[in-house]
Amino acid sequence: MKAPDFRYERPESLSAALALLADEANGAQPLAGGQSLMPMLNFRVAAPEMLVDLSGVAELRGISDSGDSIRIGAMTRYRDLAEWSDLEAKLPLVALALPHIAHHAIRNRGTIGGSISLADPAAEMPALMMALDAEITLTSADGERTVPASEFFLGFYETAREENELVTSVRVPAATSGQRSAFYELAPRHGDYAMAGVAMVADAASPITNLRAAFFGIAGQPIRLSVLEAALNGKAPDDEAAITVATAAFDEVDFIDDLKASAATRRHLAGVVLKRALAEL
Amino acid sequence: MTQTQSIQLTVNGEPVNASVPVRMNLVDFLRQELGLTGSHVGCEHGVCGACTIEVDGAPIRGCLMLAVQANGATVTTVEGLADTDRADALKAAFRDRNALQCGFCTPGMLTSALSYVESGGPADRTAIREHISGNYCRCTGYQAIVDAICDVIGKEAKS
Ligand SMILES: Cc1cc2nc3c(=O)[nH]c(=O)nc-3n(C[C@H](O)[C@H](O)[C@H](O)COP(=O)(O)OP(=O)(O)OC[C@H]3O[C@@H](n4cnc5c(N)ncnc54)[C@H](O)[C@@H]3O)c2cc1C
Ligand code: FES
Ligand code: FES
Repeated sequence: MKAPDFRYERPESLSAALALLADEANGAQPLAGGQSLMPMLNFRVAAPEMLVDLSGVAELRGISDSGDSIRIGAMTRYRDLAEWSDLEAKLPLVALALPHIAHHAIRNRGTIGGSISLADPAAEMPALMMALDAEITLTSADGERTVPASEFFLGFYETAREENELVTSVRVPAATSGQRSAFYELAPRHGDYAMAGVAMVADAASPITNLRAAFFGIAGQPIRLSVLEAALNGKAPDDEAAITVATAAFDEVDFIDDLKASAATRRHLAGVVLKRALAEL
Repeated sequence: MTQTQSIQLTVNGEPVNASVPVRMNLVDFLRQELGLTGSHVGCEHGVCGACTIEVDGAPIRGCLMLAVQANGATVTTVEGLADTDRADALKAAFRDRNALQCGFCTPGMLTSALSYVESGGPADRTAIREHISGNYCRCTGYQAIVDAICDVIGKEAKS
């Protein structure tokens, strides 16, 4: 189908964009890369009265490195991340995950801010933000606030963002020396949304030290399981007994049950991706 | 009332001025307003890749971009590729390898394949399959398409 009718605005500054969102009478919705919102419009599951195209807001784009952390503007595209020469050194986990996010043509337009704001349960970026302990900056006409990733993703397409706020940037701690990263996902086809996936970092691989493992595609939002992480810390990544103990933590997960995979299948696949990611740590 | 907006862009090397309804997507604009029906429309939600075109040198989904967003952009469609020799080797390889049957996917497939070849991608079947993973072909089974892309890379490597 075709998109329903709407008004279109393309502000050239953040303050102008925020003013359009602040006026409730506008019925405005931000448009970033459009790689999820355009399908939603064409399916008519979204019907905003106004689209506020953020592509003209220069303040929202770009990557700045302050040494121990990296600030990524919301309108930074997956493609810009992939082309950033320091990506592998500074954010190796992001480098591992990027090729799995959708397809080449979609990565040329999709943005990190769009993915985080949408909070698709199977999306990679939200899980990366959780594993990396990133902070998300939200801005409205009234001011700015920063929310840790662990408090931002609340459920199926649900976040801590208010309607008049924009995600303006994320701040991601840079990889420390010796830090290990691993990423594994199972999707029906390359580039499809995952049925189960995990993104992890640890200070050391053997024994596993300070593991942070964020699962995606298995529940309403990306999740870290403290019981699972505790069971693996101090163990070797191929310690089968420890992995068995760790996966008992899946008892607390409310697994997605849909046409793509049943809850039981997803639980099984979560164990598979965990094991395969640990082997790469 | 439908809002319209004027846009100026370059399509296949030619300057274009038009007034477009803001809800119109780019591939519909190219097909319906400019008569460039080489770009195809399959799913209209970003999944099939039939509408893949080049905007400012990079392949994108023509169904997931509004025509108004192409204001100031440089757009190349499969017709534009035919005007230059950029895709000649790929087109010949597609013919030699039977890499098309009905041809519905071919304009998008060529655009994706060309970006792979031009960016210096290796003749590695897995990497090629990953690169074209967003372009569906319901006829060929992909094998012949991957063969054709490998052929072009092999020839360029030799010459
Ligand atoms: C075929 C296909 C396959 C895909 N596969 C994957 C996949 O495997 N993994 C994956 O993660 N994604 C996948 N995607 C989605 C893609 O990654 C999107 O780019 C991403 O989810 C949204 O980013 P966007 O910039 O396109 O945002 P948009 O589509 O423009 O916006 C998405 C939502 O976020 C809101 N929004 C956008 N930016 C902001 C902001 N700065 N502040 C507040 N709200 C904002 C919009 O109003 C909208 O509700 C796929 C898409 C397609 C079409
Ligand atoms: S028509 Fe655009 S991807 Fe299918
Ligand atoms: S040749 Fe028919 S869809 Fe590819």
